[in-house]
Amino acid sequence: MTTKKTLSLLSLTVAAALALSACSSGDAPAPAASSASPASALSISEPWVKAASSGMTAAFGTVRNGSGKDLTITSVSTPASPMAELHETVMSPSGGMQMRAKEGGFTIPAGGELKLEPGANHIMLMKLAKAYRAGDEIPFELKASDGSTLSFTAQVKDFSGAKENYAPSGDSSQDSGHGGMDHSGHAPAATTPAK
Amino acid sequence: MTGQDGAARGPGKEPGRAPVEGAVATGGSSQGVRRRHLLFGGAAAGVGALAAAGTQLLGGAPSSSTAADAAPDNGSGTVPFFGPRQAGIGTAAQAHGAFVALDLKPGSTAAGVKSLLKLLTSDAAKLTQGEGALADTEAELAFRPANLTVTFGFGSGLFRVAAPGRAPSWLRPLPKFGIDRLAKEYSDGDLLLQICADDPLTVAHAQRMLLKDSRSFTTLRWVQQGFRRAYGTEKPGTTMRNLFGQVDGTSNPAPGSESFERVVFGDDVNRAWVANGTSLVLRRISMNLDKWDELDRSGREESVGRKLSNGAPLTGVHEHDEPDFKALNPVGFPVIADFSHLRRARPEDPSQRIFRRAFNYDVPPGGPGVSDSGLLFASFQADVDRQFVPIQKRLDDLDILNQWTTPVGSAVFAIPPGCGPDGFVGEGLFTSA
Repeated sequence: MTTKKTLSLLSLTVAAALALSACSSGDAPAPAASSASPASALSISEPWVKAASSGMTAAFGTVRNGSGKDLTITSVSTPASPMAELHETVMSPSGGMQMRAKEGGFTIPAGGELKLEPGANHIMLMKLAKAYRAGDEIPFELKASDGSTLSFTAQVKDFSGAKENYAPSGDSSQDSGHGGMDHSGHAPAATTPAK
Repeated sequence: MTGQDGAARGPGKEPGRAPVEGAVATGGSSQGVRRRHLLFGGAAAGVGALAAAGTQLLGGAPSSSTAADAAPDNGSGTVPFFGPRQAGIGTAAQAHGAFVALDLKPGSTAAGVKSLLKLLTSDAAKLTQGEGALADTEAELAFRPANLTVTFGFGSGLFRVAAPGRAPSWLRPLPKFGIDRLAKEYSDGDLLLQICADDPLTVAHAQRMLLKDSRSFTTLRWVQQGFRRAYGTEKPGTTMRNLFGQVDGTSNPAPGSESFERVVFGDDVNRAWVANGTSLVLRRISMNLDKWDELDRSGREESVGRKLSNGAPLTGVHEHDEPDFKALNPVGFPVIADFSHLRRARPEDPSQRIFRRAFNYDVPPGGPGVSDSGLLFASFQADVDRQFVPIQKRLDDLDILNQWTTPVGSAVFAIPPGCGPDGFVGEGLFTSA
């Protein structure tokens, strides 16, 4: 787990650097079935949700901003959860990775993208309405700062990872995980001092 | 910016910001970037510094990457996934194949089977095109598809759950043959995945990904792995050799030919169970190499009726020469013996033909012998009962090769048509007839 955390951080930063150096390439994969309004500035590819029998889970995918101006994703809603939030994963002062609500939402630069993936930014779904099993499909709607929305359907997949610690209020405590979340993924990143 | 700093030195001192900034990229194509750079460019980034240092030390020796770039790139080869027919049937046989049979869990529903087939179709569609599957934790392994194909087959158990009453009449275990010594662990199954590629790592990853997405719905019944010559060892299109050393499959109809179309996808005589569908019979045929060792070369050639050197019939010169069953030797016996495999397998009735796509297997021996080897005899035909069974009956009655070969596994699957980008393999089971 320790190595995995380090790698996921690395891959994020590397991906960002590479993306910056190759922003003119035009072979972006086709976005998943989705609809956006008013203008189709936002799109999402590869949306999926980790299967869960109850409690909480998370949704992932890559959101693109096809507009000429920066956009901020301010909220997310889905019938799967009365409490769906935009979350970031950060390192706590003690060196572990924790997730917490992203204040103000995620800003996606003009022409840029937001990756939502295990161990990093994601859509958190709490108080699940029911069990969501592999193969189920869950509708979502993202709202952006300019009033536009993006609706899409995400496929539920069995996934053993995405077990990040959860800090509901930006709390830095290592052990503040919610019930139902597996705590086995807490090992500090390799490059940080062990607690 | 923080993200770039982070990239240069690994997880940075401001990790709280790194993930956010790292995730918001201004590039338009992360997928393309990942595929192009993380494999090669990524390696170059790590090794590049060393290489640069080495170049200085060695006085500018040319980088070996130039030669690598010029080599034929079979690893990036793809076979289209979407289409009226599934890939992996008429596709030139790849070097490696894994046949995986799954059983639906008790209590499975039609809706569950539909979900499963959608998930697996999505995985196969991406993996075969060199992309990681959705939520693929080892997506980099998918970036070298090496002509990967994933072919789905349905056993009678799947029809019972998903489409009762719609199974083709031949979808059941083959009749019992006298030579059979079938083991349960190589026989039957509700859902077949035939996973083939020119690279075993690609096959292993695809198999793992497909099984990860199957485990909520199914249990693993068996896996049978096989191989042919590695890609590049022989000219493409060369008839394979089995572990007896025989050229095996000479009389196979050529994919794309009219004969192939009729044999595999049916005609007025042998109708396929559904348009663009077919059937697969997978027989695991154990080959007793230790006993085969006792046979001299002429005996080996006589048993098959073909020359070991190039597979030519004993009455001919070239591999594809038509055998002359009437030709007699100086003492008046047929040159191609009546008990030979070639004679017995050759139907009088031209409608009794099959298309085989076999792989060799060679697994660690469990008993006292030094080898456990044989053939994964994969045979496609429109109608199992009218095409496969009569041939197998004749071989069961008399085939001198039976002395050295034993069927130890047997499974029959209905192969559904392919699908379009908005569909899934097997969707026809869920539409009203």
